[in-house]
Amino acid sequence: MSIAIKFENISKQYRLGLVSTRTLSHDLNRWWQMNILRREDPYLKIGEVNDRAHKGTSEYVWALKDINFEVEQGDVVGIIGKNGAGKSTLLKILSKVTTPTTGTIKAKGRIASLLEVGTGFHPEMTGRENIYMNGAIMGMTRNDINRKFDEIVDFAGVERYIDTPVKRYSSGMTVRLGFAVAAFLEPEILVVDEVLAVGDAEFQKKAIGKMQDVSRGDGRTVLFVSHNMSSIRMLCRRGILLSNGTIEMTGNINQTIDSYLSSQIRTNTTFLSNISYKADYIRILHLIINSKTDNPILLTSANNTLNIKISGILLQAQNIAVELRIFDKDQNPLAFYSPFHYEGTTPLLEKGEFMIEKNILLPEGINKGTYYASLYLTDPGISYHLKLENFLMLDCEGFPTKTGHVFEYNQGAGFLFIK
Amino acid sequence: MEDTQQEWTTVIKPKGHLLDIDFKEIWRYRDLWRMYVKRDIITSYKQTILGPLWFFIQPAMTTIMYMVVFGGIAKISTDGLPQPLFYLAGICMWNYFSECLNRTSSTFTTNADIFGKVYFPRLVVPMATVTSSLIRMAIQLILFLAVYLFYLVKGVDIHPNVYLLLFPVLVIMLAGLSFGFGILISSLTTKYRDLTLLFSFIVQLWMYATPVIYPLSVMSEKRQWIMGLNPLTSIVETFKYGALGTGTFSWGMLAYSFGFMIVLLAIGIIMFNKVQRSFMDTV
Repeated sequence: MSIAIKFENISKQYRLGLVSTRTLSHDLNRWWQMNILRREDPYLKIGEVNDRAHKGTSEYVWALKDINFEVEQGDVVGIIGKNGAGKSTLLKILSKVTTPTTGTIKAKGRIASLLEVGTGFHPEMTGRENIYMNGAIMGMTRNDINRKFDEIVDFAGVERYIDTPVKRYSSGMTVRLGFAVAAFLEPEILVVDEVLAVGDAEFQKKAIGKMQDVSRGDGRTVLFVSHNMSSIRMLCRRGILLSNGTIEMTGNINQTIDSYLSSQIRTNTTFLSNISYKADYIRILHLIINSKTDNPILLTSANNTLNIKISGILLQAQNIAVELRIFDKDQNPLAFYSPFHYEGTTPLLEKGEFMIEKNILLPEGINKGTYYASLYLTDPGISYHLKLENFLMLDCEGFPTKTGHVFEYNQGAGFLFIK
Repeated sequence: MEDTQQEWTTVIKPKGHLLDIDFKEIWRYRDLWRMYVKRDIITSYKQTILGPLWFFIQPAMTTIMYMVVFGGIAKISTDGLPQPLFYLAGICMWNYFSECLNRTSSTFTTNADIFGKVYFPRLVVPMATVTSSLIRMAIQLILFLAVYLFYLVKGVDIHPNVYLLLFPVLVIMLAGLSFGFGILISSLTTKYRDLTLLFSFIVQLWMYATPVIYPLSVMSEKRQWIMGLNPLTSIVETFKYGALGTGTFSWGMLAYSFGFMIVLLAIGIIMFNKVQRSFMDTV
């Protein structure tokens, strides 16, 4: 296989804060240093790792730093990472919307980007006119579009509305039309950023199918950014995990996603280090699950009870209900525990120290796999007191069947084995 | 390096050479240019009651205003020509120039949204603007022609002559000047917005430095020479001279304007090309 895209030392520096203030003085200084003193750009040296959660000292940050990788022709690569990890910046550089600060990208063939579908749609123009407009923006000629026009309309499923101004379209229809134009563009390299979020299930399936065809059938290269792990898993073969502007790992898509998700749900951490929200009036002192305070919790067929003990201090009396949600590693919900809904009452806890203990009896027959859970303390329908999202990692051994086979979640058996 | 043996069709680098302008690419995107022109025309009078009639109303009202203020109150000479005809001739030319200039000078700021998402040669947009404005000018010229014929039939002293054949050249020069100046402004204003205010002020005053509401012949020799530095002077004067037979005409001045246009275009395109590569980070 030959290399379709090659990223060499790609870095991108951004300046934080207001762009306009003091740019003139920085520009003059840069010009003086570079053109008169023949030195390097003084602002390229400073700049720090881009971690949006921490306040930095420098005004300049590296949104991307020394990105090196190669993509083989016909590969479908998923780029994943937290918000602000640099995914979109990378795609923007690749689609030539902005330039890298340093480094080079070399690519073979036409690059088309689907950074946001429907770009350039004019609301006053009809669907037909917009197909031509959008196609032209993406670099198609009129003849290209003439040839594929019927296919595009058919794929988008908007035949009835083709001569109606796009402003009368639903947002789903606009996305379908935009995606359809891009899908029939037939570039050698397709760059896709989170387009499948809109549109109904039928269309999402169609879009993913089309992208698979594009890569498998025609040997085109696709770079895909999404937060939807299921669609990335379905579509991509390789994965690139970005973190704070650098590549954390590349490799097989499943490994990359697992590494990403487990980096989010830090194993070996205490439960309490994963508090994602806490109201002012509540203090949590201890959180003990099955006599442990840290991840992971092992569940066997003999022991499938979760004993949760939460103790703390309330600064005011509150109704407190416990909710627990179990997810798979792609954040698909699997189970929901809510004694409030089951029993129909919420206990009122007085001001002062409190202690909640719940014994959650999980069903027999949970298939082998790793699951994640979120815990909420809530006044149902009114407010949250405490949120612990993805704080708990459950390792399930699986249900031993008589044949000796243990079914796994990842291998099609799903969450439960039913007797 | 083995890279050199492979054929890379796209190479993305931090900074290109200043003169690294891909005209072939612009040519490949000619269909986009056509779609932009079409879009401008379709959308400019959607959801208006009078539609394209507005293109008549605006110059007609302006002419009447000029007749009252400059002709009536200030009593500025019109070289012995009927006032409506004299003003309309100037307005047609000036309006085309100022409309193109206004629209091209905000290319980056008004299109930031789309420029931020897809790449295409950005020059296509101002090129389409200059083209679609021609339609508007054509409609205004119809008005001019109607008034012109009216006075011709009435027997007023008008002498259209062979210099009228220069009209297409004059339009191209107006287009080139407004295009060059517009993209230059657009490039400079992406980072420093102060310049927007300065330029809008300059354009407002520019009309008074151009013989739109007065003939060049009212000036002294020396002043005419200073006026000639304005590249628009010779264009407007040539049109009036060719169509109406009165005014000033000089090949030298016209050649100066043409040269001015070429230089302006070159600077504008180079600046625009430089800014288009990185403006998304500064806009």
